[in-house]
Amino acid sequence: MSGDVSALQLVLSGDPGLFAIVRLSLMVSLSAVAFAALIGVPLGAFLALTRFPGREAAIVVLNALMGLPPVVVGLAIFLMLSRSGPLGSWGLLFTPQAMIIAQTVLVAPIIAALARQTIEDLWVEYREELAAMNIGPAGRVATLIWDARFSLVTALLAGFGRAAAEVGAIMIVGGNIDGFTRTMTTAIALETSKGDLPLAVGLGIVLILIVIAINGLAWGARRAGERIAG
Amino acid sequence: MFNRRTLFAAAALGAFALTAPAFAQEKSIVVSSTTSTQDSGLFGHILPLFKAKTGIDVKVVSQGTGQALDTGRRGDADVVFVHARSAELKFLEEGFSTKRYPVMYNDFVLIGPKSDPAGIKGSKDIVAALKTIKDKGAPFISRGDKSGTHVAELALWKVAGIDVEAANSSKDLGPWYKSIGQGMGAALNTASAGNSYVLADRGTWLSFKNRGDLVIAVEGDKRLFNQYGVMLVNPAKHPNVKKELGQQFIDWLVSAEGQKAISDYKIGGEQLFYPNANDAGA
Repeated sequence: MSGDVSALQLVLSGDPGLFAIVRLSLMVSLSAVAFAALIGVPLGAFLALTRFPGREAAIVVLNALMGLPPVVVGLAIFLMLSRSGPLGSWGLLFTPQAMIIAQTVLVAPIIAALARQTIEDLWVEYREELAAMNIGPAGRVATLIWDARFSLVTALLAGFGRAAAEVGAIMIVGGNIDGFTRTMTTAIALETSKGDLPLAVGLGIVLILIVIAINGLAWGARRAGERIAG
Repeated sequence: MFNRRTLFAAAALGAFALTAPAFAQEKSIVVSSTTSTQDSGLFGHILPLFKAKTGIDVKVVSQGTGQALDTGRRGDADVVFVHARSAELKFLEEGFSTKRYPVMYNDFVLIGPKSDPAGIKGSKDIVAALKTIKDKGAPFISRGDKSGTHVAELALWKVAGIDVEAANSSKDLGPWYKSIGQGMGAALNTASAGNSYVLADRGTWLSFKNRGDLVIAVEGDKRLFNQYGVMLVNPAKHPNVKKELGQQFIDWLVSAEGQKAISDYKIGGEQLFYPNANDAGA
């Protein structure tokens, strides 16, 4: 990418390099959100609906993990995936898969903590009804997750926002390799280091527009879903 | 019913995530290299030529020389391409590679503000210039990241009789010396923002766009010479190293064709790197 044209111009002209960067960013962050949802929503439901010793401590820890520093997560995943680390034989370091793993670790606590809160609030509301209908634990979890689905979208969006915005973790485990592991955020960091501030700002604007567009889509889907669900 | 729909949605998302392995390339190597080769645009120029000839994708992870060598030590790269001869020889001694190939050189330049508070502009003596900067307490930015440029800077300070390395922190030296622990571009950005002096490799300087009031203060001293070397990570230490493909890349870099590609790379008509693979002593 030459610095003489702004990133917005690159978008308008359909620059294939920029398109690949945007596609990789979305692929990595959306995949991470999907995996984190598979882990986080059941975990959140479990914490919301069960009572066991140490549960409150677990909730406090989970809430605190929402603030995991990306650079620390990146470093930990890096040490695991490095050829000299325990999972080195997988050969995943400096690949998009490594970036998905790192962002999943970052995002899962956010989705789990927000899902826990949402489902617990709903549980207080539904408790007697569900008890009266004689629904078993699995059925309760399913009912609550289903009825909380629109609120859970917000949890997924919060997770996506975190994933799309972070640079610390994917820079370390992805290596910012041109055409392979370079994303919007690592490209912005690179252009800044090259002193090409206009291009970096342009890329930043593109990133923000994409995040707004995705939130808009999610909002529209939620509204449409609510209308259908009545 | 809704259970199944939820599961279906989750499965669809999961399947999307699994498309990731499609990104893996079959014929590719990982090269850990320095920010100077990347930020100067050299790789953007020579790697497409190499790929056109061999079909090998070169994935460059650019770091400071110290970090780039560590990446090789851990076996996370197939080839290291860096510029700090003493650190490279140590890498060889430790057995992480069996052969070092000199590839090219460029030079360092001392960058400073136009206003030139130390009064050293135009000097050809880097050592005298550094002494003057210290005596006058003119602001100086150090990479402080164990990169090749940082190693070179420390060596020059030593020649100037100022042991920056022994001073535990910037505090011991005084407020004029700031060690930022970041890459070349970041150091230039910092110098530009604070009108400070900074040692930079010429390649990064020429391609750097946010210069502000910065200009070259000192250049042309032989002690500013900056040699690049390339090494294959020893497959005996790390069996995962792709030795044939990695060696192919090295052989191409030092071949007449690779050397010409390097000398052909210019910014604004100015050549950035001078190939010297034939100079066995480099």
